[in-house]
Amino acid sequence: MQVQSYFSSLDNLDGELATLNLGPTHPATHGIFQNVLKMDGERIVSAEPTIGYIHRAFEKLAEHRPYNQITPITDRLNYCSSPINNMGWHLTVEKLIGCDIPKRAQYMRVIIMELSRIADHLVCNSVIGVDTGALTGFTYMFQERERIYEMFEEVCGSRLTTNIGRIGGMERDFTPNFHKKLKTFLQTFPARFEEFGGLLSRNRIFMDRCIGAGPISAERAMAYGFTGPNLRAAGVDYDVRVMTPYSSYQDFEFDIPIGNHGDTYDRFIVRQEEIRQSLRIIHQAYDNMPQGDYHADVPAFYLPEKPDVYTKMEALIYHFKVVMQETPIPVGEVYSCVEGGNGELGFYLISDGGRTPYRLHFRRPCFIFYQAYPEMIKGSMLSDAILTMSSMNVIAGELDA
Amino acid sequence: MDSEQTIAYLTEKMPGAVVTSETAVDGILSLHTARENVIALLQMLRDDEQLGFHFLTTLCAVHYPEQAGQELSIVYHLHNWQQNIRIRVKIFFPIDDPHVPSATELWSSANWMERQEYDFFGVLFTGHPDLRRILNVDDMEVFPMRKEYRLEDGTRTDKDDRFFGRDGHVGQEFD
Repeated sequence: MQVQSYFSSLDNLDGELATLNLGPTHPATHGIFQNVLKMDGERIVSAEPTIGYIHRAFEKLAEHRPYNQITPITDRLNYCSSPINNMGWHLTVEKLIGCDIPKRAQYMRVIIMELSRIADHLVCNSVIGVDTGALTGFTYMFQERERIYEMFEEVCGSRLTTNIGRIGGMERDFTPNFHKKLKTFLQTFPARFEEFGGLLSRNRIFMDRCIGAGPISAERAMAYGFTGPNLRAAGVDYDVRVMTPYSSYQDFEFDIPIGNHGDTYDRFIVRQEEIRQSLRIIHQAYDNMPQGDYHADVPAFYLPEKPDVYTKMEALIYHFKVVMQETPIPVGEVYSCVEGGNGELGFYLISDGGRTPYRLHFRRPCFIFYQAYPEMIKGSMLSDAILTMSSMNVIAGELDA
Repeated sequence: MDSEQTIAYLTEKMPGAVVTSETAVDGILSLHTARENVIALLQMLRDDEQLGFHFLTTLCAVHYPEQAGQELSIVYHLHNWQQNIRIRVKIFFPIDDPHVPSATELWSSANWMERQEYDFFGVLFTGHPDLRRILNVDDMEVFPMRKEYRLEDGTRTDKDDRFFGRDGHVGQEFD
């Protein structure tokens, strides 16, 4: 808290301000963003972020892509948890076309989404460790993330940019290998994860580095549009999964962890606890997995079985229609959101009946909360600013769209 | 408060502010207002205890080249966390005069959101502290999300929207 008053009097300034270009390609920033910092010695007087280095015009692209081809675009938003983005988009379209998907598909989606939340938080938290000088935990946690990616590979064939699931459900059922891998993961992961937590969460050096670094109050966090773990670290228990349950989240029992000070340490602890809660959800979803189909009966959007295409007229017609995007889309507008790795990931879709969205706006949590960064690091040391950035989990893909 | 109560309450408190309203497929109430009234309406929605829409979820611009005199639109999404109600506020204005009062005084988060919509649609937010491009390069001369800018090579004929549910108005005049 002392840092806040550091610049309250000009006497503290020694009169020699230096300009430091942090980024765009700086090894400490884990992504391509630039901050032009005014430095007084090692203290930050002001910061000016420049973003857009990997802007790929997703909103424009989406206006020229049929609905099923937009899913791969969403992969590349927060690429640390692509499946959540994919599901968020499917849910948006399902809301527009009024499609209810079977309980089994919803539970499958929940398992996939919570696995990717774990992967997302693991990256963030182990990188906080790296930035405080603790590399070991990171190397172990990346092995765990690798095992999650292997599970994604079983479900959809790809690892990072997953394009997982389809409008109307999942693309295929879980494979026997997936079940095996998930069971092994659920058995072995908690112990390894707790070992990682044990290395850091009560570690004196780690605590000294993190406590009080980059704090934000609950009021400021809400004014800056914070959502997700960063908001919860500041003490507000807003979580889309509880507020507006989607994909059957109301069936599961889990807690929303919150912090007090909104600093780096609280963000770390909140994410650690969210991983434990995600595991709880996965256990409940997996143990109570309902029988049924893994996709809804929406032939106009969901590709038929390939053998049927060759033998059944109906299937052939629908296959053609889906591939050629001749499906009539209802006119209307929907806003749909999911709890992404970084908070409320929203999709505002306006359809005029054409085969592509008339307008699709992404509410990207990173883009919205990153503007608070200059305020959060003002008056702090440069090394704390690096730590603050990694604990906010700013993902360049989501930031720049 | 449900949609009807909200509208009745607003009509009583700010007569004439809400021009029309509708409820979309997702159950969210949309209020249409004039851009002169938008900041007052947003402030009312935020600060009034009965309404309590304290959180600006997002804002975005939309371009409707067909609507003469109302080509551009800004859609604000607000959220009341206590009662878990969402609401939309929409304004329409001519593309020749794309001035809209800035909401940065109400929410710090509006800063970059508005810069983004300026960057892509050329909406000029009056009162914005730092209205510069944000995602595109600084020396870009166009506002690329406007409908007249086509994404792909105009000579492609296999993606003609006229055959796919749209009348072919979008981008047609620029062929």
